[in-house]
Amino acid sequence: MKSIKKLVFGAVSMVLAATSVSGIAVAGGHGWEPTKPIDFIIMAGKGGGADKMARLMQAIVEKENLSNRPLVPTNKSGGSGAEALIAASKASDPDHTIMVTLNSFYTTPLRQPGLKIDSLSFAPVARMAEDTFLLWVHKDSGLKTFAEFLAKAKADGNKWVMGGTGKNSEDNIITDFLNENYGLSMKYIPYKGGGAVAKQVAGKQLNSSVNNPSEALGFYESGDMVPLVAFTKSRLPMFPNVPTLSEVFAGGKQISWSYFMQRSVVGAPGMSEKAQAYYTDLFAKVYASKDWQTYKSKKSLMGDLMSGDELKAYWADQIANHTKILKASGAIK
Amino acid sequence: MDILASLFNGILVALEPINLGLAIVGVIVGLFVGAMPGLGSVNGVAILLPFTFVIQGFTGGATSPMIFLAAIYYGAMYGGAISSITLGIPGASTAVATTFDGRPLALAGKAHLALVAAALASFAGGTVSNVMFTAFAPLLATVALSFGDPEVFALMLLAFATFVGLGGDDIPKTIFSICIGLVLATVGFDVVSGEPRLIFFDITGFSHGIRFLVLAIGVYGIGEMLWTINTSRYGSSMSNVDVSARAIIDAIKDFRHAWRGTVIGSLLGFFVGILPAAGATPGSLMAYGVAKLTSRNPGEYGKGSIDGVAAPEAANNSASTGAMLPMMTLGIPGSPTTAVLLAGMVIWGLQPGPLLFTNQPDFVWPLIGSFYISNVIAVLINLAFIPVFLWMLRMPFTILAPLIFVLSLVGTFAAYQDMFDVWLMVIVGIAAFFLRLLDYPVAPAVLAIVLGPIAEPKLRQSLLFSDGDFMIFLNRPIAGPITVIALILIFLPLIKLIRDKMRQSA
Repeated sequence: MKSIKKLVFGAVSMVLAATSVSGIAVAGGHGWEPTKPIDFIIMAGKGGGADKMARLMQAIVEKENLSNRPLVPTNKSGGSGAEALIAASKASDPDHTIMVTLNSFYTTPLRQPGLKIDSLSFAPVARMAEDTFLLWVHKDSGLKTFAEFLAKAKADGNKWVMGGTGKNSEDNIITDFLNENYGLSMKYIPYKGGGAVAKQVAGKQLNSSVNNPSEALGFYESGDMVPLVAFTKSRLPMFPNVPTLSEVFAGGKQISWSYFMQRSVVGAPGMSEKAQAYYTDLFAKVYASKDWQTYKSKKSLMGDLMSGDELKAYWADQIANHTKILKASGAIK
Repeated sequence: MDILASLFNGILVALEPINLGLAIVGVIVGLFVGAMPGLGSVNGVAILLPFTFVIQGFTGGATSPMIFLAAIYYGAMYGGAISSITLGIPGASTAVATTFDGRPLALAGKAHLALVAAALASFAGGTVSNVMFTAFAPLLATVALSFGDPEVFALMLLAFATFVGLGGDDIPKTIFSICIGLVLATVGFDVVSGEPRLIFFDITGFSHGIRFLVLAIGVYGIGEMLWTINTSRYGSSMSNVDVSARAIIDAIKDFRHAWRGTVIGSLLGFFVGILPAAGATPGSLMAYGVAKLTSRNPGEYGKGSIDGVAAPEAANNSASTGAMLPMMTLGIPGSPTTAVLLAGMVIWGLQPGPLLFTNQPDFVWPLIGSFYISNVIAVLINLAFIPVFLWMLRMPFTILAPLIFVLSLVGTFAAYQDMFDVWLMVIVGIAAFFLRLLDYPVAPAVLAIVLGPIAEPKLRQSLLFSDGDFMIFLNRPIAGPITVIALILIFLPLIKLIRDKMRQSA
């Protein structure tokens, strides 16, 4: 009974911690420490890849007692991240507002200049990982290689259906790339989340997808979904037999191309340098934790920790790259 | 027999003191967040997710944390009915349909009947779905996979068809109400085109769409309160309720009159629950619609039908168990709450997917066992506390009205921490009051807002598949029959109307 009482007490104190100020203090060597719960904005809906990661980060901070104030996650998924970007840039207390971002961190401001958001005005805290993309088909399609896929998709024309998460999203960018460079005319149908897309492929409603490994893993393990090619720079340790796009000669050509999705934590525009240093240090500890490293390798995430000016330079590079991609596909002028 | 043996072992694990204790605490937490307007099971599990790491550190496995969260989920489904019935504000979006008849029953002094029916129907719904889950989980996963976009749209069409019968006899006004709901449902960013729609005055709040809970609290909290002020000009208490044990026992006996709603709710709720994208809210609303449509006395609905309380309550419990199925076997959440549970499973190091049942029997079976245990705990606790809930109804309206107003404001803010939602809720409440004054049914609009955001992308994704050919809804083996039934239901009132006219003229 004693253990149960302890748990009840724990539950109550946890609610209090999550809703108001919590008590456990941690000795830190910084000049700045948060003085109230930290607003932790998630740029995507509940249950998606970004959400799972954000909640894992929160859990690690909680578990390892890394911060004297709790992270309070709020999902702002509206308008491919537009809602989150606006909320963060209008934050009344930038020192206590951080956000988990994906590639919509660059693409949404590019596609909607009316938002007047400059991605580079956010404080770089930490790039926690880069998520990877693979091309998936159903095992019953009988396709074994990327070359076979190209032949079949070409023959089917616009009867070949690719599903993805949202219009002009990462998935759409990859689909456009394949259509353009290999002379395909695959049809792209947008869905609300990566999990829903994987389910449609497993249920044979869609012909193919470009899911992240974490979204398709369950169906990969059961053998329903087969990866044909990885859009990475080198082969993924989890899929050693799946070639990268750059190494395959198919459809009469060999194209060196890779595409990633950043998983970064950013600070609200106007965050003080001291606060930025605090969060950089906090997320470096999260990154180094065993839980994060296990998750990273289990879900085939790539990319090392990046922060400060290096991260800012990475963003500038990505923005230039996405401007080129979106212009080529006609999404922006 | 394999399944029975696994289940038996699972129940034994779920009955271990630590797991049993967690289930009891979870159910109580769930009852509380469920009964608080604005807070639902999703808030409960999201807030307590970090706490599960404490449990995991304590017990080692992923089983105990999951039992705890599942118990919260269960408890919240029971709890939602409490404020729906006693205050008229839906405790959670899943309990909106419970207000349709629970509220009139409470106003007529029969709140004890409604509360008991809600508790027992929830228990029945939970039990039916537990049995189906235990027996057919892998098979049902295949059914869920075979539901593509046209199938889900056909099902939504069927749901709309049952609504036409929801708004009383005035069909044009019902259709008008559905249309208002559908228009409001399109606000926000469109999934298929990626473009913003109806972002009035460039207000950021509209970019995430109009949240269902905001509307539900507006309509049933503020709107209902204004209506009560308008109709009852006396300062007396809302109703005289009998809180004796005798009355409760009589109410339990009376529950047999609600068997029809309970059966419909349990079966339909489970089926809707297992389809990814749907979840408990559409499940309970559809169950209410079907129960009314097939009833011999549809006129009773909305005025205080026990069946009208039992159907949605059985359905929301049944659907919440059902929604666990795609989450565990396909890795796709069927509702916002299961999305958080899914995140939990991943964090605890489990891989949801078709192999979960084979690879993780030590996780799956105790969890299923705990569904049975939590269900029993929830119904017992709920029945025991009914007299306490009934005391709330003894409050004079002059105290209750400000209380409802404050709870509506706090609840709306608590759900998403957004002041925009609070203002919108008040405006919606006032608008709903005037609609009601003009004799427009509000329920169909509320239902349209739940199903619209599911139906619309499915319609457009289907048409993208077929290059704009509507035959895709008729020439597929599952979608076809559902579409035909839906169309018949939609045109039935019209045929009736014409037949009556012809008889009159003859």
